[in-house]
Amino acid sequence: MNVAVAKTDRVEAADETPFALARSRLPGSGAVADLRREAYDAFQRIGLPHRRIEDWKYTDLRALMREVLPLAAAPDAEALARAAAALKLHAIDGVRRLVLVDGVLAPSLSEFGDLEPKLSLRSLRDILAGGDAALQKELFGLDSNNPMIALNSAMMTDGVVIAVADGAKLTQPLHVVHIASGGAPAAVFTRSMLKLGNDSSATLVESYIAGEGAAAYQVHDSLVIAIGDRARLDHVRLVEDGREAFNITSSAIDVGSHAHFNTFGMATGALVSRYQAVINVAGEHSRVETNGVNLLNGKQHADTTLVMNHDVPHCASREVFRAVVDDRGHSVFQGRINVRQPAQHTDAKMMTRALLLSDDAEADNKPELEIFADDVTCGHGATTGALDESLLFYLRARGLPEKDAQSLLIQAFVGEAIESIADDSLRDLAIGAAARWLEARA
Amino acid sequence: MTALLEVKNLQVSVAEREILHGLTLTVNAGEVHAIMGPNGSGKSTLSHVIAGKPGYEVTGGEILFKGEDLLAMAPDVRAAKGVFLAFQYPVEIPGVATMTFLRTALNAQRKARGEAEFSTPDFLKKVREVAGSLGIPQEMLRRGVNVGFSGGEKKRNEVLQMALFQPSLCILDEMDSGLDIDALRIAADGVNALRSPDRAMVVITHYQRLLDYIVPDVVHVMSKGKVVKSGGKELALELEATGYAQYEDKAA
Amino acid sequence: MAAVQETVDRVRQIDVDQYRYGFETLIESDKAPKGLSEDIVRFISAKKNEPAWMLEWRLEAYRRWLTMTEPVWARVSYPKIDFQDLYYYSAPKPKKTIGSLDEIDPEILETYKKLGIPLREVEALEGVIRPEGERRIAVDAVFDSVSVATTFQAELKKAGVIFMPISEAIREHPELVKKYLGTVVPTTDNYYATLNSAVFSDGSFVYVPPGVRCPMELSTYFRINERNTGQFERTLIIADKGSYVSYLEGCTAPQRDENQLHAAVVELVTHDDAEIKYSTVQNWYPGNSEGKGGIYNFVTKRGDCRGNNSKISWTQVETGSAITWKYPSCILRGDNSRGEFYSIAISNGYQQVDSGTKMIHLGKNTTSRIISKGIAAGRSQNTYRGLVTAHRKATGARNFTACDSLLIGDQCGAHTVPYIEAKNSSALFEHEATTSKISEDVLFYCVQRGLSQEEAVGLVVNGFVKDVLQQLPMEFAVEAQKLISISLEGSVG
Repeated sequence: MNVAVAKTDRVEAADETPFALARSRLPGSGAVADLRREAYDAFQRIGLPHRRIEDWKYTDLRALMREVLPLAAAPDAEALARAAAALKLHAIDGVRRLVLVDGVLAPSLSEFGDLEPKLSLRSLRDILAGGDAALQKELFGLDSNNPMIALNSAMMTDGVVIAVADGAKLTQPLHVVHIASGGAPAAVFTRSMLKLGNDSSATLVESYIAGEGAAAYQVHDSLVIAIGDRARLDHVRLVEDGREAFNITSSAIDVGSHAHFNTFGMATGALVSRYQAVINVAGEHSRVETNGVNLLNGKQHADTTLVMNHDVPHCASREVFRAVVDDRGHSVFQGRINVRQPAQHTDAKMMTRALLLSDDAEADNKPELEIFADDVTCGHGATTGALDESLLFYLRARGLPEKDAQSLLIQAFVGEAIESIADDSLRDLAIGAAARWLEARA
Repeated sequence: MTALLEVKNLQVSVAEREILHGLTLTVNAGEVHAIMGPNGSGKSTLSHVIAGKPGYEVTGGEILFKGEDLLAMAPDVRAAKGVFLAFQYPVEIPGVATMTFLRTALNAQRKARGEAEFSTPDFLKKVREVAGSLGIPQEMLRRGVNVGFSGGEKKRNEVLQMALFQPSLCILDEMDSGLDIDALRIAADGVNALRSPDRAMVVITHYQRLLDYIVPDVVHVMSKGKVVKSGGKELALELEATGYAQYEDKAA
Repeated sequence: MAAVQETVDRVRQIDVDQYRYGFETLIESDKAPKGLSEDIVRFISAKKNEPAWMLEWRLEAYRRWLTMTEPVWARVSYPKIDFQDLYYYSAPKPKKTIGSLDEIDPEILETYKKLGIPLREVEALEGVIRPEGERRIAVDAVFDSVSVATTFQAELKKAGVIFMPISEAIREHPELVKKYLGTVVPTTDNYYATLNSAVFSDGSFVYVPPGVRCPMELSTYFRINERNTGQFERTLIIADKGSYVSYLEGCTAPQRDENQLHAAVVELVTHDDAEIKYSTVQNWYPGNSEGKGGIYNFVTKRGDCRGNNSKISWTQVETGSAITWKYPSCILRGDNSRGEFYSIAISNGYQQVDSGTKMIHLGKNTTSRIISKGIAAGRSQNTYRGLVTAHRKATGARNFTACDSLLIGDQCGAHTVPYIEAKNSSALFEHEATTSKISEDVLFYCVQRGLSQEEAVGLVVNGFVKDVLQQLPMEFAVEAQKLISISLEGSVG
């Protein structure tokens, strides 16, 4: 089979595109197939985004990714076995595990049984293939002006569609695990959805991991979240993909009134990753906390791009971001706070800090404010620098070897973002991922 | 018998400007030495060089600690060997709880010396004991290192570490700066409790006041990067009366 | 690019065919027809008696400009400019000497009155006491007579400082102009700078020789009556080793200009240990209350700290123009060099401001400081856009940025778009930004103590911008402070 690529410097034959090649394997027909076609056209109008597109100024996918790999094959027994082995290393206690292997839901590794009341779980594949036209349309509702979202819409094959009914307070966190089994380099395209009813609460954890031998695979993921009035969602995502992998994830979150959304993301894995989230604070008196950490070394490149839309009055948002960059790593943080004219009494703050550990490391920060309402308190701060020499000396004078002293200071530095995670065991999970990164460094 | 600390003809430059011009100092175990001198005489430079702070270039001379070449050691190695510097301005380390810091540092030193690490209960017991004797509340130990501490609390935290690590050489750099008389007395009591035949102390100060509380065996006067006079504790009183002016001429 | 060149050639041919005849007489008439062509460029150059190299430089820029497109990234919107519907050259008015206040345009006097600055008494009123031998500032020259200006020239000459219109400098000091012109803002830099390079009418030239501290503040103002303010000013200031100069641009008099487009270029160069302080108070016509008219101010200002230990400081008070597109920047090339940007940008009515700075750290231990205060009122949009970047070799680079925005009313917008790029681990950058409104409590407190609503706003705003005002020379600061209050008239109530 030919390796199909979405190269930008030549016109590819229509039947050679990853889309054309995968078409027969993409679930859904009729209206779904049409929506896929439209989305792929939207992607092709721009192709892989490059640095001349303002939003992608610091993450030039044309240069970094070069091409979209063909759709991964469905996992066979061997792939599932490798995935199961990888899963063992990243298992968390007390959660409901929902596992996607190479972009396909794996029931044998997941726990679909004994659902708490008012919780419903379905696969994206079933919904696209089956009949619910309204839900299908909703699933295609993401902004296809963003080429990577458009590509994802065109190619999405599976994912978890979660609904939590009004008033349900889930006691068990949901853990969605994306595993690259380590087969031939290929791309996976997934989309998950979480709908939280009014007065409900839930915890969603997402992990991206790789099985033994996984190389330069591509994860193209997306997440649609709707949080009802007076509902609360705690969200943690940990990118621990293989060191040659790509992870491009987009999310769109609508927050209702009197709701609370607490989200934390950390990238320690993948060669190139980008997490782009649009959070619409659409109901009054709501609160959003977004925190993030990039821990990078080697030639890793990680980009976190957040758009916080305040459309209504009396809401608050907090963004805390920390980047630690070693070797030739490159961290990007772009955060935009939009406060529209009706959103009086908005209280929005953003703080981004980067720590550079090597002379070849790079950190780019673009914290933006766009404010159209006058009765607001909005602000952002950004700092970039190296580890404080005087702190390092103090620690060393107390007997800590250099790497240990650095590790302690780095842990404290990222701790300011990690401590926002409400759940103790999830916080430990993030601390653990950070510790693994530090150990690998030492 | 080998002296605990031998500084021989030490020459030190910062940014190509020589600060110490051949300083010699010998300190034996069990002794308390005071180093006095005007601002800019090189007192703090000496303490920093002994502890191994980056940014100083040693252009001549040597420092032996228990007969070993101290200058060849990394700062953490020196700490593990028993060199302790009580900082004039202890730094604040946000996000690192004092308790975590103490345990990490103590165990790092023990590990470097090939000793077993403290178990958590043993460690907690020991810290509570020492902290209690210094009047340090438990709540302070949960906060970030020195974060939000008053001047007196910061100095007490230094003494706490000294008591915990049991170093053989303590260098107290301007321990009295920024302290009122009560805070000074508490800190000095803590230091005096640590005086012992196998431990030496070097007390660096501008004023005689501190030496009322920590009484030295030997007093050195530093001026312009050299020790210009040494004597007994009465030298400090003499200095208090006459000032440093005469020594500044002598050094020139 | 062959196709582009072909187009360029073709356009040139057509222009020549159309205008050759007309120009025979036009050269006599001191006024070029509307529109832009190579012949217009030649015409301007000829009018200025420029040497051949200068014409060639302009033509090269013009040809380049034809291949470029207008930038669209700024947060401003306006109808497309028809560049063929503009005048690119009109002759200077005859030189007018000012013997007394009576000869000053009554409208300017009226404005000064409004500002509360009676011309003669300004110094006494503001309590400015000049110690013996202290520098005088050029603004005095306007109040006094031409002979004073002449005295200044003599004093400058004695110090070796060259200060003259750039058109004269091109003729009298071609070696200096050739050496520096276009080295900070290349002719290819951006659409407006390239246009300026092709058609600039006049501007200032300053050269301060090594070791000289310029004996007075230099200002464009005292020359302003000698020439018409061109649409395309070009300023070039060079501070040679160890020298210092402070330059003031504009003044508080409203420079009501019917011309729509201003595209100025300012280039600053500092050699080792030299310093340039460049202050601007800009009060171009902002358009009427419905947003009609007003100046498009598309300016490229850039300083090059070429030498070690050199310093460039930009201070600006921007209250005018319908659209401002302006980013006074510093290239910190020399080791230990320092760049500063202090800005107050006030927008009211339908004004649109997109302004900020670039601090480009190239040398070791370079430092920069950015203090930006944006105030948006009425239906205006006010954007701070800034870049701070440290390159691989910029060891020890330091930046501090504070940009604060104040919103007055709920129909305006305040935006902050910083780009912070660190490619060196020893670089230390700190950036903070806030957006807020004037506290109702503070306003009420002031009003209760007897201030009018507008006075109260003025008081608060002046407190808000204090850090920047302090950077201006004292006399300038006093005027700027009053100007700010005037700019915000009608913004409350």
